[in-house]
Amino acid sequence: MKRLINLTPGKPARLLLGLLPFLLILVIYMIASDARLAENANDKLLPSFSQMGSTIGNLALEPSKRSGEYLFWQDTLSSLKRLGMGMGMGIAALIGFTFGLATGALPLVRAPLSPLLTVISLIPPMALLPILFIVFGLGELSKVALIVIGVAPFIARDIQRSTQEIPLEQLVKAQTLGASTWQLLWRVLIPQQLPRLINSVRLSLGAAWLFLIAAEAIASTDGLGYRIFLVRRYMSMDVILPYVAWITLLAFIVDWLLNLLSKKCFAWHHQENGK
Amino acid sequence: MTQSLIQAKNLWKQYGDNVVLERMNLSVKAGEFITMVGTSGCGKSTFLKMLLGMESPSRGELLLDGKPIPAEPDQSRGIVFQQYSVFPHLNVLENVILAREFERSPLFGKLFGKARQQVIEEAKSLIDSVGLTQAIKRYPHELSGGMKQRLAIAQALIRRPRILLLDEPFGALDPGIRADMHQLVLQLWRDHQLTVFMVTHDLSEGFYLGTRLWVFDKLRRDNQAPNAYGANITYDLPISRDNSQAKTLLASLSQEAH
Repeated sequence: MKRLINLTPGKPARLLLGLLPFLLILVIYMIASDARLAENANDKLLPSFSQMGSTIGNLALEPSKRSGEYLFWQDTLSSLKRLGMGMGMGIAALIGFTFGLATGALPLVRAPLSPLLTVISLIPPMALLPILFIVFGLGELSKVALIVIGVAPFIARDIQRSTQEIPLEQLVKAQTLGASTWQLLWRVLIPQQLPRLINSVRLSLGAAWLFLIAAEAIASTDGLGYRIFLVRRYMSMDVILPYVAWITLLAFIVDWLLNLLSKKCFAWHHQENGK
Repeated sequence: MTQSLIQAKNLWKQYGDNVVLERMNLSVKAGEFITMVGTSGCGKSTFLKMLLGMESPSRGELLLDGKPIPAEPDQSRGIVFQQYSVFPHLNVLENVILAREFERSPLFGKLFGKARQQVIEEAKSLIDSVGLTQAIKRYPHELSGGMKQRLAIAQALIRRPRILLLDEPFGALDPGIRADMHQLVLQLWRDHQLTVFMVTHDLSEGFYLGTRLWVFDKLRRDNQAPNAYGANITYDLPISRDNSQAKTLLASLSQEAH
């Protein structure tokens, strides 16, 4: 018998082992849900899968009686708009990348901005939410601003660090090839930092979802976060649980798409690092 | 002395109290192949960095064509480091044409269409001369150590620098590949009429390649304050293929090293 640390599962076994915990959780939930519903058919805490299915079916496939909208899709669209599509994450990535690159590459920019960046990234963004509501009102802008404020400093610091990690030899070499500062940024640093930006965005998406749902819970009239906090009053677990699963799935898909984009556009980066 | 390319006049380099180089006086003519050897920390790499413009002299002067050497790296002096000399996000061809793109496209450093085609033709002959034609579309991570150094050399030569600096360029390569690289460097040195400064820790390599060998060492020592005195060139040997003085030195120095 080999030592435990030398035992590695084969590919099919690994897949099976990976699925096992999910199946276990589902089975445990089903057993618990059945037990509670057998005792009290009106129990709201652990709805059965068929209950959740029909509730979400109503939200997704039938227009709301009050507004005529398909609430499920309306919520999804509103949240995704705030999160991405040129809004929250897009702006955060742009600001973070610009600041990170400038502070990482130019010591004269780093000197005044780097300490400021460190302090800003330490402010808990949620504590700024009231200020954002006061300044920007309760509309879309304050929610997008929260995501930007929460995420941009993280991206900036991440890009700053990885820019400073580029070997000095490369910068010297580019100069001996006649590169100006601007050309060096444009041809040497930016192309090498773009895959790292994608990675940084992937890492910060979890935080971005947190800020989005919090902002929607506090002041909004639609969105995934708004809906789950709204139906909490009626203990509608048959809405909340599928919504949480849906948010998780969306987060997974966004992450997967970004990874795919990175591998497509920056094959050299992934092969170089063996990822 | 006007025809000397590089000249040092009473050159010192120190970091705080740590004197690295002291009282260096030398003069190098165009076309020489200078190899620099010495124990680690003896200042040969520091001297190379001063030639490159990464470090500036603490005292004295380092002159290029009779004028102080530019205080930052530029296209008059090409460099090949032991590693990290090539750009990982560009393939072989893109790595080589990059210098011409910097030169001809001041704004973005990127050429298109006819201008790019013209540069590619030039780059192809250079890539051929270092034997990388087969690998022209490959990225650096797909190249072996020796191929990477060939690429780094081709990349450094496309703008035709007069001076080529080599910082232990073959230190990480296998002996067989190293011998090939020696032939390549000698070939390019003759073809491009370069002045080469090469740091190496391999004394026989230094003797084989150079026309002139410098041994860096400290002339004065103070055991209580090991950093109080800097190194200088203790041997400055012109090398011809059968140099008996050089051979005896080689023997005695390699004994010292062991």
